Amino acid sequence: MHLLKYHWPKLQRIAFRNRQEIIQAGLSRRELFKLGLITSAGYLVAKKGLSYWASLNAWASQGCNVGQCEPGCSPPTTPFVDPLPFPPILPERDVFTDPGFTFSPPTTQPNRAINPATGIPFEGRTQTHQFRDRFPPEKFFITRMRPNFNATFSDDATNLSRIGPQLVWGFNLGGAESSDVGRSPGPLVVARYGDPVLVRRFNELSMDTRGFGVPEVSTHHHNFHSGPDSDGGPCDPGTGGFSTDPLVQGRFFFIGQFYDYFHTMARAGFDTDQFRLTDGDIKETLTSTWYHDHRVDHTAENVYKGLAGQWFNFNDFDTGDETTGFRLPSFFPYPSFDLPLILTDKLFTPEGELCFDTFGLDGLIGDKFAVNGKIQPFFEVQRRRYRFRVLDGGPSRFYEFFLTNPNNLSQRIPFWAITTTDGNLLDDPIQVESVRLSVAERVDIIVDFEEIFRNTGARTIRLENRLEQTNGRGPTDKILRAGQGNFLLEFRIVGNAPATDNSLHPQQMINDARALGKACTFDPICTPPRPTDNAAAQEDRIRVTRTFRFERQNGQWAINQQFVDCTRFRFKVQRNTAERWILRNNSGGWQHPIHIHLEEFQMVRRNDRLIQLGDIEFGRKDVARLGFNEEIELLFRFRDFRGGWPMHCHNTIHEDHAMMLLFEVADVGDNLTNP
Amino acid sequence: MWGIILPIPREKQMGRGRLQEIAILGKEKKAMVAMTRRAWLAMLGLAPVVGGLAAWAKHKNEEPTPQKLSPRERLQRDHLPNVELITHEGKKVRFYDNLVKDKKVVINFMYTNCGDGTCPITTANLVRLQTLLKGRVGRDIFFYSITLKPEEDTPAALGKYAKNHHVGPGWLFLTGKPEEIERLRRGLGFAYSDPAEDADKSNHVGMIRYGTEPLMFWGASPGMARPEHLLRVLLWEFDRPLPRKA
Repeated sequence: MHLLKYHWPKLQRIAFRNRQEIIQAGLSRRELFKLGLITSAGYLVAKKGLSYWASLNAWASQGCNVGQCEPGCSPPTTPFVDPLPFPPILPERDVFTDPGFTFSPPTTQPNRAINPATGIPFEGRTQTHQFRDRFPPEKFFITRMRPNFNATFSDDATNLSRIGPQLVWGFNLGGAESSDVGRSPGPLVVARYGDPVLVRRFNELSMDTRGFGVPEVSTHHHNFHSGPDSDGGPCDPGTGGFSTDPLVQGRFFFIGQFYDYFHTMARAGFDTDQFRLTDGDIKETLTSTWYHDHRVDHTAENVYKGLAGQWFNFNDFDTGDETTGFRLPSFFPYPSFDLPLILTDKLFTPEGELCFDTFGLDGLIGDKFAVNGKIQPFFEVQRRRYRFRVLDGGPSRFYEFFLTNPNNLSQRIPFWAITTTDGNLLDDPIQVESVRLSVAERVDIIVDFEEIFRNTGARTIRLENRLEQTNGRGPTDKILRAGQGNFLLEFRIVGNAPATDNSLHPQQMINDARALGKACTFDPICTPPRPTDNAAAQEDRIRVTRTFRFERQNGQWAINQQFVDCTRFRFKVQRNTAERWILRNNSGGWQHPIHIHLEEFQMVRRNDRLIQLGDIEFGRKDVARLGFNEEIELLFRFRDFRGGWPMHCHNTIHEDHAMMLLFEVADVGDNLTNP
Repeated sequence: MWGIILPIPREKQMGRGRLQEIAILGKEKKAMVAMTRRAWLAMLGLAPVVGGLAAWAKHKNEEPTPQKLSPRERLQRDHLPNVELITHEGKKVRFYDNLVKDKKVVINFMYTNCGDGTCPITTANLVRLQTLLKGRVGRDIFFYSITLKPEEDTPAALGKYAKNHHVGPGWLFLTGKPEEIERLRRGLGFAYSDPAEDADKSNHVGMIRYGTEPLMFWGASPGMARPEHLLRVLLWEFDRPLPRKA
């Protein structure tokens, strides 16, 4: 009822007049958005005094139809009123007593018996868990994908009156009871190298989708080294023979089914002569991974609807305790100083309903920025160091995020990146002022709020995306001025004195490692030596060079002039060998984050530039950003598992329009150079 | 079975603009009932200032505030316009009412003298799919090929094209008024966002769009992908096991 009581102060009148000038110029809210005059919160940026209330007029009256799902049409919201939430940790379950396991104990072979209650097999999986005898699971988890009709993107009363409770699809904490609701982002999975993991995921979604999302799911553990049975890929010619029967195709599974995902929690290389005894190459340790839906042709809408969450992998060096190992900020007790930040952008209809255009081709650009599921939240931080694991959750936006002091936009506020943009530790932390993330990329950063407070005197610091992007095709590559981008999150530095901090300053880590003569700061997790053309060991020796051109033909995505094909593998990689892949973007004004399943790669060249130590792209990665007309060269080792995996564009809308191929890893490979 | 009620759009008016269509939907639902509390508050709060927004206010006075559309109504309005079309057999049909509503459909755009390779391959793929689907086309799955050149592609020309390509029953080739074909093309997502790119007909979007209208499931595949792949995708889409009550 605040509107009824509302008085009309001077600033509002000025704002309204300014706004009127723009309206009279015939510009709709949508056009203003495109011109960059209006931001996600509904503020007009260029003219002072064009305030929120004035823009409310625009939202209600100008340019947007009822139900319109386009940038600039979402209702205005007040930023920084919701505290930043953190997804709860997925609890471990007792495999012998939990009813989610006892009705069908998890077996290496899938349970393909028909469930009389549903008429379809109990389990969606059709393949055997590879290497499960060698790595018997020790940690068991359950999660149930459920619709949640009461998810809120802001709990502020005014915001809630415009964007009310929504239907999202999420993952629950594993309980069968209905009070254990689907959460988005999903619960945080915490795993540790050496403790093999089994996650049972139930599909308890419904056909009532409210216009987007399909209720079959395949949960991909993004960039983990997993067998095809547990990778959660989109489709696989190796499953169900060549049957078209949707019940035996074996990748995605249906309402009423479960699927057991098994992860060895061993490093890549565990089945090679070099690293068999050590259960893999310690240099291949992964830190921040994530899980998300991968339903073929419908991934974008399902992930956008909420089916995604983060996964942290600890080890004997990256321990989660700042008094041990690398002494990175503590994860335990959670949530404390090592925290997930999932960035997503959303669209709402003017009436405030989450929407997604399933008929769009370019990709979806949202005008509401959510972090961990809330629109532009705030987070009270202590005067000490934090580790944030930042993930671009898509569907189509690229970010280049900075730290901005809203009261002094010209201040430059550096922070430290400790991983590549795929969550794998760098050789040395790098001090940066910004990091660019394309869809599905992740970076772990260290932000020292005590240092920032000392240097700037600021109590308020915002995470700001300053990369301009006006459509789903990709960013323009223009970096906007500080304060002109999208504010994602506000940090509020609290406390009259520095807080206890037993973590090491990144510069200290580097200095200590140098003093001790270590190979890299995070020794022994240093970047592995690159494969070469004449290495002694076959898994280090480049066996074949393959070239992939990403093209667009009649509005369809093609790779080497061929379209997606779920019925056959495009080429065969020989297991436990290395390959060189050259990726070329021949698609004109588009940019693509290319993701390859199964193994990390090392980028050795971007166009004419060699990637060298100290570059954030030097290290292990699983998403390769392919900019306008770029060419990149990647080196891979393909080890341990046999079976099929995809390479695809992780702009999930491009992915759903078939920018994908499938490859097989087998005992004997082929030599196709342009497969 | 799974009991969800999916509302069906009540009225589809030919040749009207979007706003008029919504207004009609709103009017049917009776003005004040249709107005949400939020809209009320917004209107009351803004009452002193709406003078500046004359056109809008006038519109508001004449027409009731439209009610929120259901997702299915929204999809129909934005993507499945109920335009009048003529089949290659010379029959007049309404796109939404007669061809799409409550159906599983596969839709592509083509033209008969399309020599760029896309149309012949896509048509051949669809012919192959029609065979692979073993008589289901026309029974529970419907194929529609819509011409991009309605000025040239008369029903007779389309009929000849269908005959030459051994098209079986349940697959319609469609033409109509150019502006309505255009509306359909944009609605169904066969237009490029770049106008220059969009103007080149030989570069037209060569995908096939498939959908299950009552469940609001819509997807797309490259029309030039192998028919075996397309068959898999269609069966995954059209034969999903529906949840059963335990």
